[in-house]
Amino acid sequence: MRSICLYFQVHQPFRLRTYRFFDIGADHYYYDDYQNRRIVRRIANDCYIPANEVLLALIGEYGSAFKVTFSISGTAIEQFKKYTPEVIESFRRLAKTGNVEFLAETYSHSLVGLTDPEEFKRQVDEHAATIQELFGVTPTAFRNTELVFSNGIAEQVFKMGYKTMLTEGAKQLLGWKSPNYLYFSSPHPRMKILLRNYQLSDDIAFRFSQQSWNEWPLTAEKYVSWLDSVDAKQDLVNIFMDYETIGEHQKAESGIFGFLRAFPEQLIKSQKWTFRTPSEVADELQPVAGIDCPHAISWADEERDLTAWLGNDLQQEAFTTLYKLSKTMSTCTDADLHRDWNYLQASDHFYYMCTKWFSDGDVHQYFTPYGTPYEAFLNYMNVLSDFMIRVKEYAEKAGSDSNAIPSKVETKVETVSIPDPKPNTAKATKTKVKAAADAKETPETKTKKAIKKG
Amino acid sequence: MKVLMFGWEFPPHITGGLGTACFGLTKGLLKHGVDIQFVVPKAYGDESQEAVRIINASDVTVMMNDPVFREYWNQITYMEIGSNLIPYVGPEDFQQMVSENTKTTVEESGRVFSEKFQFSGKYGHDLMEEVARYALVGAAIAANSEFDVIHAHDWLTYSAGVAAKKISGKPLIVHMHATEFDRSGENYNENVYEIERKGMAEADRVITVSNLTRNIVIERYHIDPEKVITVHNAVEPPEHSDLMDVEKKVKEQIVTFLGRITFQKGPEYFIEAACKVLERDKNVRFVMAGTGDLMEKMIRRVAKLKISSHFHFTGFLKGENVDRMFAMSDVYVMPSVSEPFGISPLEAMRSNVPVVISKQSGVAEVLNHVMKVDFWDVDAMADAIYGLLHYKSLNSMVITHGSEEVNNLKWEAASRKIADIYESLV
Repeated sequence: MRSICLYFQVHQPFRLRTYRFFDIGADHYYYDDYQNRRIVRRIANDCYIPANEVLLALIGEYGSAFKVTFSISGTAIEQFKKYTPEVIESFRRLAKTGNVEFLAETYSHSLVGLTDPEEFKRQVDEHAATIQELFGVTPTAFRNTELVFSNGIAEQVFKMGYKTMLTEGAKQLLGWKSPNYLYFSSPHPRMKILLRNYQLSDDIAFRFSQQSWNEWPLTAEKYVSWLDSVDAKQDLVNIFMDYETIGEHQKAESGIFGFLRAFPEQLIKSQKWTFRTPSEVADELQPVAGIDCPHAISWADEERDLTAWLGNDLQQEAFTTLYKLSKTMSTCTDADLHRDWNYLQASDHFYYMCTKWFSDGDVHQYFTPYGTPYEAFLNYMNVLSDFMIRVKEYAEKAGSDSNAIPSKVETKVETVSIPDPKPNTAKATKTKVKAAADAKETPETKTKKAIKKG
Repeated sequence: MKVLMFGWEFPPHITGGLGTACFGLTKGLLKHGVDIQFVVPKAYGDESQEAVRIINASDVTVMMNDPVFREYWNQITYMEIGSNLIPYVGPEDFQQMVSENTKTTVEESGRVFSEKFQFSGKYGHDLMEEVARYALVGAAIAANSEFDVIHAHDWLTYSAGVAAKKISGKPLIVHMHATEFDRSGENYNENVYEIERKGMAEADRVITVSNLTRNIVIERYHIDPEKVITVHNAVEPPEHSDLMDVEKKVKEQIVTFLGRITFQKGPEYFIEAACKVLERDKNVRFVMAGTGDLMEKMIRRVAKLKISSHFHFTGFLKGENVDRMFAMSDVYVMPSVSEPFGISPLEAMRSNVPVVISKQSGVAEVLNHVMKVDFWDVDAMADAIYGLLHYKSLNSMVITHGSEEVNNLKWEAASRKIADIYESLV
């Protein structure tokens, strides 16, 4: 039996509120709570909840013959917890069936993998811990934000301990080769790679309700016949898409829920196909060849490259300015700063600044909360300017309080009021600092206590 | 294709954007093999002309050099008609101006029609009467010329266009460069409105300079949407390729408003935005160039906000000083409350100045590489100004892509659309 791997991406960014330059230094809350709540609730009702029900029913009926895979970003999970806890419960029910794999990804749905290996690892770890905590399983396969992939990223992910990765079956990667096999990364042969079949994935994700499409309407029979017509030697078809396809991009009226129910049923009944998750595929199938990917690819646009996020000067400036903070943030223990650092890294913010649609005249086709990419940039840079001030203040404070960064996450109050007992940086000045700290210890502690009491 | 075209001004005697637009448009039409007879009323008396110029400070640009102009001149049949028609002046102002200038008005008859019309010099002091007179002239020309279509620019010429259509039976196109609502807000003149409405109702096609104007035409004048077509204005390529090299005398960055200081242009929003920027950044100077009926009020507002040391009024600028002002500017702002098109941002962009424009301007429909804000949203306006002054990549991207964008707005392309409209009617 041939394998089909069905994976859905679940992500919601924390959209920023309108943040003016005169807010810089004056107001440190950046998020549009109203919009975020409204959007997440709407999509929960239109997509996550009803689509989960369909998948649960499939599992209920067909048991282990039906498997499905999710990757849920950390920022999406936080918003579900905040605004729609029933979505978390719904995913938990799916997790309990044991037929669902949850993938690892960056907590913030970020592009950090392109720039900072340390922060990349931190985010992947944070995400894995979140998944473990919620669903009781630790992810074993990895998908990077927007399926961004390169040899370098594969190497970093391999070092983190993952041996399976998902990415786009991009033409520039495959050439004449077919995406319908298991591959491995040429520089790291133990890293197995699943490639998205964009043709069959986009038939659902983009074209399902497009009446101008000559294959419209897409029925389960037709779709299954397309799968059946895939060369018999090709043993794996990867259907990857945004989960929001179901009920949000393709509205319920289009019949997408019926389709989601019907095509797996027909596949299972045909006995020619079996549903597998990426980790199962990696265990059970033999990779046929290596793929070499020196330049980063993604699953976006015709180009399948990074230009949607880092294609223009605005995006480049915002991105490099943000990641200049990496070093300070790597040792930051302030909970608020840490939260904002996570939220500001979401790839969506950079996507909103994309100007390449201008040339196609497709400006409005892409969902963005901003009127123009320039507005998106302006707003983001204002927020980032405030964040930079706070990070700088934090660094100065951390430096002057103890001349060292605390090694453990502590609560905010403690960090501010109690100097770290074990200075562990600045070796050369260590003794001096220590002496000074010893000398000052008594009066300083007293003052601080007094302040605290007052 | 022969076109009988009615305008109210033509270079070098221009007072505003309309003359410039007509020039660019007709030049473009010539390239598409259209033969044009251009009829303009001739305004009398240097003083009154000066007065008009002062009132219309904002949009003045003469962008031609003599050889080009002459060559162009030789290709079209140009007619002047004795008339007191004065652009940009409402009936009330007109009355006042004419009575002031009656004594200096010298009789002069139109070259072409002097034999047929004996102008006594006692021209009506009422603008409506002049419009009616121009209509008569239009009918006479129509009866004596050969052409395929009639094209009339803005309301002053509509009656002439309609008369010409009635005499000749040829199709009429009226071109809305501005509506009475743009000029006067809700205190519109009913007679002007009626002339506009009637002109459009009688016309076979109505050309609007933006979709913004098109919507006004459909909603406020109840014109059949089927016959209303938007053809956006364009700009002529820069006159001199070398940009003006101006030494800035101040070290601060300069943010400029340049236009008539009238309700329509939204000067007060510029001042409020300036105040917000200055609260945070004193390293900026704001300049309001131009003059108009709100000028004194604006000066008082600036004083009240206590930002006069960083906010400057230049008075009316023209010619080279306009270019110099652009060359000195770091940001150009057009906060218009209502702007059918708005050519000045394009001129700023051509001078490599990043611009902030109101969404309530027609030009916003054709520009991507600008900051667009609602005219009333002074927070957003201030934010856009601040961003252009402080975020390097934003500034450079808007400039680079902006000038590219402007250079692609060619009259030749706009004229092609108009020529197509002509062809669809014959």
